[in-house]
Amino acid sequence: MSDVAFVIAGYGVILGGLAAYAALLLRRLARVREDRRSGDDRG
Amino acid sequence: MKTRILGIVALLAVVAATLFGLFVVPADLNQGDAQRIMYPHVASAWLAYLSFGVTALAGIGWLIRRDLRFDSVAVASAEIGVVFTAFAIWGGMMWARPVWGVFWQWEDPRLTTTALLLALYVGYLLLRRLSDDPARRATRASVVGLVAAVDMPIVHFSVIWWRGLHQAPTFLSPDKILNPSAPLPFVLALVGMLGAFTLAWAWLLIRRYQLARAELAREEAVRGGLIRKASRSASSSTASSSLPTGDVAGAGGGTQSKAPAEAAR
Repeated sequence: MSDVAFVIAGYGVILGGLAAYAALLLRRLARVREDRRSGDDRG
Repeated sequence: MKTRILGIVALLAVVAATLFGLFVVPADLNQGDAQRIMYPHVASAWLAYLSFGVTALAGIGWLIRRDLRFDSVAVASAEIGVVFTAFAIWGGMMWARPVWGVFWQWEDPRLTTTALLLALYVGYLLLRRLSDDPARRATRASVVGLVAAVDMPIVHFSVIWWRGLHQAPTFLSPDKILNPSAPLPFVLALVGMLGAFTLAWAWLLIRRYQLARAELAREEAVRGGLIRKASRSASSSTASSSLPTGDVAGAGGGTQSKAPAEAAR
């Protein structure tokens, strides 16, 4: 493997992981808020 | 709205810092292109320290003030810290293979204590799942968060205290910050990535804190609903026990009132 391949693997996993974690976080937040809203509606 | 703006600014900063680190800064004379991995690696390591430091401080806050908002900050920061520690380890491995010739070496104190740091905070997050009682959970987590924080100075100073493959600290070394020996573009790339990742960290922390608060509110709502349901069942079973068929109805009501209480536990 060349140095460039390690650079791509390094940046790819870190930036991709950061993006994936941020997306997952927003999804979890939206789901919890939705649960609470539907819970409130049911009273 | 402010958080959304922070998110956009952080995203743009990370993109700019990445482009600068990959395409503007020249390759290092000795390490070649592999040196470019240092920028996100060092930034991730800094944010791991920052995250676990915040977790420890928020833990102290909870133990003193007994305010669950501190615990929400602690769990938010710990989870983000685990993510950045994993990034730091991954970046380090991708840099080490072309430069050191190995991905990992267990004899190296910096690598081993960093792996221990990751394991400690994964344990912290798992420990939180053991209790449904927010106060008990917060107390246990605060103590573990404080104990685990002891590993941070060990990680940082391990390269000074013991001999290993890892070089002496680049970060938090006042001499190197004030008198950088590296050419300006390298320093700018590092500082740029540190700033960009710190912005991203701040955005993640706010969102994860919001999630922790929302989860807590949902937990309380579920618990409150179960308690209401249990008390309704109890009162209806008391009322029906006065009827001639009360034995049968009372037995059913008794079971119903017990089940939510068990579920709540």
